[in-house]
Amino acid sequence: MAAKSPATRAVPSPLEWEYAPAPEARDILALEDRYGLYIGGEQVAPRSRKWFPTISPATEEHLAEVALAGPRDVDLAVQAARGAFEGEWSALRPAERAKYLFRIARLIQERSRELAVAESLNGGKPIKESRDVDIPLAAAHFFYYAGWADKLEYAFPNRKPRPLGVAGQIIPWNFPLLMLSWKIAPALACGNTVVLKPAETTPLTALIFTDICRQAGLPAGVVNIITGDGSTGAHLVKHPDLDKVAFTGSTGVGKAIRRELAGTGVKLTLELGRKAANIIFDDCALDQAVEGVVHGIYFNQGHVCCAGSRLLVQESIYEPLVAKLKRRLRTIRVGDPLDKNTDLGAINSRMQLDRIRELVASGEGDGAEMYQPPCRLPERGYWFAPTVFTNVAQSSRIAQEEIFGPVLSVLTFRTPEEAVEKANNTPYGLSAGVWTEKGSRILWMAERLRAGVVWANTFNRFDPTSPFGGYKESGFGREGGLHGLEPYLRFDR
Amino acid sequence: MSRIAVRKTYKLYIGGKFPRSESGRTYEAEGQNVARASRKDARDAVQAARGAFPKWAGATPYNRGQVLYRLAEMMETRAADLSRSCSGRREVERAIDRVVWYAGWADKLPQVLGGSNPVAGPYFNFTAPEPTGVVAVLAPELPPLEGLVSRIAPVIVSGNTAVVVTSETRPLAALELAEAIATSDLPDGVVNLLTGYRSELGPILAAHMDVNAIDVTGAGGETTELEILAADNVKRVIRAGSEQSPWEISAFLESKTVWHPVGV
Repeated sequence: MAAKSPATRAVPSPLEWEYAPAPEARDILALEDRYGLYIGGEQVAPRSRKWFPTISPATEEHLAEVALAGPRDVDLAVQAARGAFEGEWSALRPAERAKYLFRIARLIQERSRELAVAESLNGGKPIKESRDVDIPLAAAHFFYYAGWADKLEYAFPNRKPRPLGVAGQIIPWNFPLLMLSWKIAPALACGNTVVLKPAETTPLTALIFTDICRQAGLPAGVVNIITGDGSTGAHLVKHPDLDKVAFTGSTGVGKAIRRELAGTGVKLTLELGRKAANIIFDDCALDQAVEGVVHGIYFNQGHVCCAGSRLLVQESIYEPLVAKLKRRLRTIRVGDPLDKNTDLGAINSRMQLDRIRELVASGEGDGAEMYQPPCRLPERGYWFAPTVFTNVAQSSRIAQEEIFGPVLSVLTFRTPEEAVEKANNTPYGLSAGVWTEKGSRILWMAERLRAGVVWANTFNRFDPTSPFGGYKESGFGREGGLHGLEPYLRFDR
Repeated sequence: MSRIAVRKTYKLYIGGKFPRSESGRTYEAEGQNVARASRKDARDAVQAARGAFPKWAGATPYNRGQVLYRLAEMMETRAADLSRSCSGRREVERAIDRVVWYAGWADKLPQVLGGSNPVAGPYFNFTAPEPTGVVAVLAPELPPLEGLVSRIAPVIVSGNTAVVVTSETRPLAALELAEAIATSDLPDGVVNLLTGYRSELGPILAAHMDVNAIDVTGAGGETTELEILAADNVKRVIRAGSEQSPWEISAFLESKTVWHPVGV
């Protein structure tokens, strides 16, 4: 669509280009009015008799009613998982178990567009991300772990791997179905059964997943999905009949879970917060680095536990890099998550938006300089423009705390040693990025960065074969790859 | 009046096509007339395998795993046909499960067979497995389907392409399998099947200068001549067991080690 520019101007400025709407069709998704809990292979009404609405954060449109599981519901779900573990699931040969996981992978592929639309609608993320990243990776994760189910003895030579039993799993709202697959695929591959609680604001794809379990013919009780809020998660973690707890979310909640499980012998993995450094050296390929920085922080509205939210730039290229970055920011398209051209979708919830606003205000108060490109934000829904802070002090809250939003803080360094020191100067250690054309420097930095994942000349790459997880207060345990099996197994020797 | 059945003509499977032997020769096996492949057919098959190698080896492991799994799907739907060509349903099921088992290895090999090497110096050093190239396979006589699948799957899962001499006395299972392969997503030329006389085709493939490895499992112990012929281009000569194992895959792999300095 042509821009409405004054007749006097022959060539419209690129900044005034508009894109015709290119919405993804919604009719592929048929939502029910109400979703019960998925316990023992059936959708059941919650004993708590409580329901809550789930909405689209882009429009605040009501999508469906979802059950809020109480203590009794949690108990029933764990019982169902225990029953399946002690019955049919453990009696199954590993090679047959694998076939269910292969089936699930295939069904996710088959229903990928429907899942992508649901993900974008319920979570606010751009359709091109849910369609091209989240859902394909979720299917790939099941496919990868399906292959492990009958090969565990090769992953752990001279040990006897055995399933743990029932796993309680709590996932965040930033990659709902992908995080579900990170949790469920290895758990099932290792022979466990699960009770999974999706995030309060993004239950829909997990609920569609229950229908995929039905289509796959998965034995009842192997997967149980209980929707709810923080209280549901707390009940689940405290349940006395769990053998395993896996949590992805905030560091505060992670620490509380660690305390709660002290002395119980329940096996625990935590994937928590971060403040990832993205380190740009002056010998990097600058344009490529700018793209990487933009992808690193604005991908998924910055709702990424490993987002490159702290940019460390070598002083000699600070000015050209920031200039290029600001120019690039102006081309980010903010808007309807279901539009195929959208780069930056809606903030996931009112609560998250408030937190971003509060931290951004504190950044301004600390004297940092804020830049936001001119962009029109929709009136309804939860939105935040892509934001860059320059002149940020190392001690500032926006340089220290997890914002979990499209907000980037730019700091500088002079030498590689200083870059390492600044990057490691945080209680977290989930990921880091290094941008330089010099291979030996990449590896030198990788040796010194206290982070579970180091991306070099790329950022936010995920693959089922690649282990992911943090150092320090970013949690413990790894998800993905061969290393992702261990958290779901016990060993007789 | 009873209906007269339309019988299938059993032909070779080369480069995704079903040609007759260029020699015009056939022989009778299992009551059917089947093609008796010649030196030129073997050459065509090696050429097809070589042509398919770069793309198949370059496909992502995830993709290769899915393609093999798709082959298992195709075999399952043809289980009835396959059953008639071998010892029965049980053998078909074992063969399908074996394909699925190997499919799962596609994206796990380097994690079990490779890794980083802690060299004493400022270097990052890692070793990763890579496919060796075109592999000639002399399939076991029996079991006709399970034996064949057990040899093909570990060869191709890592990215090799194969030229297979099928069971001489029981070739029909291979020809049924060819139809499953042709309707799966396996690219043309990744698996090529030659029916004929092993004593004729074995030495041709063992001597072929564009074949990188030869699996002599089905040669029945008499491999001296094949090993001598294989020496000319230093072919890997593999004699495998019948059990499924990642070491069956690694037999057809090369190890590549990469060094890179570490420093500011």
